[in-house]
Amino acid sequence: MTRFEITDLTALLRESAGADEGVDLDGEITDVPFDDLGYDSLALLQTTGLIERQWEVVLDEEAVSEARTPGQYLEVVNQALNARAAV
Amino acid sequence: MSDATTLDRPREAHRDTPQRPTAVVTGIGVAAPNGLGARAWWDAVLRGENGIRPLTRFDATSYPVRLAGEVPGFVAEDHVRSRLLAQTDQVTRLNLAVAKEALDDAEVDPADLPAYAAGVVTASSAGGFEFGQRELQALWSRGGQHVSAYQSFAWFYAVNTGQISILHGLRGASGVLVTEQAGGLDAVAHARRQLRKGSSLVVTGGVDSALCPWGWVAHVAEGRMSTSNDPDRAFLPFSADADGYVPGEGGALLVLEDARSARDRGARVYGSIAGYAATFDPPPETGGSRLGAAAELALADAGLTPEEVDVVFADAAGERAADRAEAQAICALFGERGVPVTAPKTMTGRLSAGGSSLDLAAALFSLRDQVIPPTTGTDRPADDCPLDLVTGAPRTGVRLRTALVLARGRGGFNAAAVVRA
Repeated sequence: MTRFEITDLTALLRESAGADEGVDLDGEITDVPFDDLGYDSLALLQTTGLIERQWEVVLDEEAVSEARTPGQYLEVVNQALNARAAV
Repeated sequence: MSDATTLDRPREAHRDTPQRPTAVVTGIGVAAPNGLGARAWWDAVLRGENGIRPLTRFDATSYPVRLAGEVPGFVAEDHVRSRLLAQTDQVTRLNLAVAKEALDDAEVDPADLPAYAAGVVTASSAGGFEFGQRELQALWSRGGQHVSAYQSFAWFYAVNTGQISILHGLRGASGVLVTEQAGGLDAVAHARRQLRKGSSLVVTGGVDSALCPWGWVAHVAEGRMSTSNDPDRAFLPFSADADGYVPGEGGALLVLEDARSARDRGARVYGSIAGYAATFDPPPETGGSRLGAAAELALADAGLTPEEVDVVFADAAGERAADRAEAQAICALFGERGVPVTAPKTMTGRLSAGGSSLDLAAALFSLRDQVIPPTTGTDRPADDCPLDLVTGAPRTGVRLRTALVLARGRGGFNAAAVVRA
């Protein structure tokens, strides 16, 4: 089954919103708040749109907005992918 | 009894009262088709270097107009952080680069200022047009899911003010003016008002860019662009051969400061914005241009007489009727060939809101270097434009203390600013 990995997320973040020069997105960032990574809600909105298009999945808007870290965000995406696979 | 006359007269907007704290320019940033950066641009202007060339930003071969002034050598990545690249149009990237240059030039760190003492007032004519075109194309060809979340503000007129404000922490009174070519002066005048209300510093002026097919057809549709393909003969203001303008991108941003706070921090001062006025044209069938009235009111605002003006930077429409109207306005104030007139924008094309703030920068450098930059292209003014037009080479040997900058924005906006050393 397809899993959405942290490297998928960082690639899409870079593509849709760029990357803060002071942040190492390839480091251990799973539990680092998006705020500290330099991403605001609009950056995540933009990235969410890109994921939905590329992965042909619909993400729960509320769950996405509550995800504070990449780890929590990955969970939201993978839950949606699982739910889709289960249909 | 005199009420009727008063009512019939077009209202003179925005005339400021003198005897308030002086607004001085302490920093200048420039992006122009004949030079990126204030120094590169000014050197090119004095060399008479033309920045008008065949358009490269998109394939314009199928359009009736194919010349433009593009800012050369602008690599956005060198000026704008990655996080901002995804959310900005070319016009905002240029604004960010130019604002940084102006603040660096003023040797001021906004972080050292009180929290709400410094703001941003820019002029914009079209917002982020290229970005908007791309997202509209995505909307209509692929659907709403494909539209960037950043479209929500990237297209907007106020976006340049907003991004400059955020990046430099300039949280004081800010705004944006949309009066096309007059905007570069109107913004600076509004910044001056903010200084009078208590701000100590404002980043102000205009930098515009809309060199994309959508922006281009807006210009083409109006039918006032030159269709010449010769970069040296396309934009010829005041010439008998004038046949329209060439559009371009760029402009200038200034750091405008209250004279006292500038003095207190030991800032270098280029000059002051001593006078300003704006007028609005009546409908064409009911009256003529009010540009002359703007100039007259700006001089009154500065407390100066026409005799005290040493050089005029003309709006220079490059269109016969509009050139004549401007020449008449200048001659009415100064007499025929009564004052040196120049239009260095012949080297850049008309830059929308960026045009008049770039002329302010040119006026300030003229006063500093005691030299009048040349008008290129036009080799002599038409007989019906009896101006002392500075053509061919820069003019030196004249004492320059006061400059008058004129601007007209499409739709009837007139603005005039008086700059003093």
